Amino acid sequence: MRRRDFLQGVAAGTLTFFFATPLGAAPIVPTRPGTYPEDFNAYLKISADGRVSCLVGKVELGQGAMTVLAMLVAEELELDPAQVDMVLGDTDLCPWDMPTGGSLTMWHTAPVLRGAAAEARAVLLRMASKALGAPVSGLTLKDGAIWVKETPARRTTFGELVKGRKMERHLGKVKPKSLSDCTLIGRRVPRKDALAKVTGAAQYAGDLRMPGTLHACVLRPPAQGQTLVTADTSAAERVPGVRIVRDGTLLAVLHAQPDTARKALALALVKGTFEGPEPDVDDVRIYQYLVDKAAPGQRVVISRGDIAAGEKRAATVVEGEYRNAYESHATLEPHTSVAKWEEGRMTVWASTQSPFVFRDAVAEALKLGQDKVRIIAQFVGGGFGGKLVGPGAIEAARIARQVPGVPIQVAWNREEDLFLDGYRPAAVVKLRSGLDAGRGAITFWDSTVAGVSQGEAELCYDMQSNRYQAPTVPGLHPLKVGAWRAPNAHTNAFARESQLDALAAKAGLDPVTLRRRLITDARLLRLLDLAVETFGWEPAPGPTGRGIGLACGAWRQGLVVALAQVTVDKRTGRVKTERFLEAVDVGLVVNPDGARQQVEGAITMCIGQALSEEIHFKGGRILDKNFDTYLLPRFSAIPRIQVVFAGTDTSVTQGIGEPPVVPVAAALANAVFDATGARVTHVPFTPERVLAALKLVPAS
Amino acid sequence: MNATTSFTLNGKPVTVASPRDRMLVWVLRDELGLTGTKVGCEAGLCGACTVLVDFEAVLSCSTPLGDVAGKSVLTIEGLAHDGKLNPVQEAFQDHHAFQCGYCTSGMIMAAWAFLKKKPKATRTEIVEAMEGNICRCGAHVRILDAVETAGKAMGGAR
Repeated sequence: MRRRDFLQGVAAGTLTFFFATPLGAAPIVPTRPGTYPEDFNAYLKISADGRVSCLVGKVELGQGAMTVLAMLVAEELELDPAQVDMVLGDTDLCPWDMPTGGSLTMWHTAPVLRGAAAEARAVLLRMASKALGAPVSGLTLKDGAIWVKETPARRTTFGELVKGRKMERHLGKVKPKSLSDCTLIGRRVPRKDALAKVTGAAQYAGDLRMPGTLHACVLRPPAQGQTLVTADTSAAERVPGVRIVRDGTLLAVLHAQPDTARKALALALVKGTFEGPEPDVDDVRIYQYLVDKAAPGQRVVISRGDIAAGEKRAATVVEGEYRNAYESHATLEPHTSVAKWEEGRMTVWASTQSPFVFRDAVAEALKLGQDKVRIIAQFVGGGFGGKLVGPGAIEAARIARQVPGVPIQVAWNREEDLFLDGYRPAAVVKLRSGLDAGRGAITFWDSTVAGVSQGEAELCYDMQSNRYQAPTVPGLHPLKVGAWRAPNAHTNAFARESQLDALAAKAGLDPVTLRRRLITDARLLRLLDLAVETFGWEPAPGPTGRGIGLACGAWRQGLVVALAQVTVDKRTGRVKTERFLEAVDVGLVVNPDGARQQVEGAITMCIGQALSEEIHFKGGRILDKNFDTYLLPRFSAIPRIQVVFAGTDTSVTQGIGEPPVVPVAAALANAVFDATGARVTHVPFTPERVLAALKLVPAS
Repeated sequence: MNATTSFTLNGKPVTVASPRDRMLVWVLRDELGLTGTKVGCEAGLCGACTVLVDFEAVLSCSTPLGDVAGKSVLTIEGLAHDGKLNPVQEAFQDHHAFQCGYCTSGMIMAAWAFLKKKPKATRTEIVEAMEGNICRCGAHVRILDAVETAGKAMGGAR
């Protein structure tokens, strides 16, 4: 599907294909039936004292949902965002919502919430009109009060009007304020979570201190996929205060002190035997493994034009193989849940991106009705897709079910978090493509892929023929995989943008000129110009030695142009990012500082993705146990970062968690090429891989 | 085994009955209820558990309780006074120098310990001082800006 068709598809409401994923590839945000309530009372409550509460099934992961959603409500009700109390991610209190992921909050939830707030505003104004005996057009609304413009003494408040009751009046769809009337949208507002986070008061799941809590540490198998057969717990049971709970293959050591529970496992006071096959593969052989296993199941998922004919028309042909390793979410807060079984109901306070998915998963695991499970999200210490699923919450609930009335905390330690995570899938993208003699058209573009699916493989480039093959092979991955911030898109963009860069260089074109000739979308063209101008770059055919690389990317309709500048130490192979710019078009930016934070964060995070983050494994054994070998970017790796947003006249907001992630690794790889002439094709490009690529550069 | 250990915590004397080899982070969180100090790696690799002991930044996940006997321990909860934030907290708040907030307590404590000694630090010195603290969300640039701002507020204008 080409981007233009894609956009039309979205406009026509056909969003479903976005979730279509071949088996064995990374799952995207799971779909489930569910709808947003139409009654605005589901989202907004006005208490007797006039405080406005906003209830949403999303959670605060650090991405700023709490602030931006409050802004939307405050905008319609003429409040300060500080006057809106946010209640997030409580499945008993909040209306059903999709998980907090996939950049869906601003795309799906925001319009619903704005509409609800707009209707509430209209209802409040009508109630005030009746109470004050004045027409709605003569009323002013501000800070929770409504008064007659001409005679401000004739006033009432939200609290007096609603009296703590549900607002019964309904007006159907009410249009939100027009952008020109908005006073908050587009302005910097203080983050609502700031004070709590700088004082240590912000409460995460592990910070709950319910009396009588027992901390549960689960006995883990040595390899992923293995299960417990027998266990000897006699030594652990001699430790004062220790309790053992076993539920099928789940065995946990419980103690009132988290460190004592952990020690009982660490000191091997519990011995288990495990069973289950281990795949014969490791982090070196994984790529051939994926290619071999995928081969019989390859199917064409994108097909346009005649590849063979296109190849005949090509004057410049480039062949490339692009790889990426398994990568962990490695949220700084490991998965943590507290569960309590009481009066026939299970309550789980969780570090989660998906309260409603967790609710249903816990209900299913315990064979309970969904109404018997309540999930209460806490502040979440990072998600990035890793907390869309909740095996830890299920563990806590299974254990809690066996000790009624006792709060059970399951807080994974770092080793467990790295072991049990669903990684960004490792992948191999084989690409052949060609440019015509006039250097203005891609005549063919042929991808064969193992590990991911076609998500965001295409960008709005004019390609005369295009084919994308990906496998339908259940259980393709030997390790557990999951959705890692902008799933599939970063793998596909890395391959595509690296390949375009190689084509440009081989044809003697600079990377900007080639893209200008190929881009079919005016928005992306403008964004490219904005990026190049802001960076102050005079592009030239590479490698120029300056170390500047370009890449473009998309997530849904959000577009990003990335420019990276690096230096490469040819002796050690070390890449240092000196400068990174992203120009971003995600439509209306509601909270500019929040959006900027997301872009800065994505660039920083993906410097780790591109340069250092890799899961090392042998069979099902995860060799990385902590941050000594699993290398996250630290302060010294951080470049000068610039973020620039495209001007826009749309009132549609795309969401911004995913888009800025997409082109980062590609821009860095292209910058390495521009610096050295070496093409790094394997993410992360560690010093060893850079040295290997440097060896392939022909001596000039 | 459970000998008592006395130390000063956020300016007030405390005595706890816990094994002296119990790591300070668990004593703070589990026994004293100060959960602002976070657990990220339990191996001294991420800095989330940073607290000050006699004004030096230490990793409380790797510091046995016995080591702080008679000393002065400062945690994130002890930084603000009478509702007034410490200059580092204020700068983190103003710069929005955090996202998820899980590393924030450790960042602020590490920065405070450093700036107390060297408010006039260069950007490079700040980077070096903060290198042991991991932020996964990528708030690094803002954290560096905030530490710089706080240094200036503490009289370290360069």
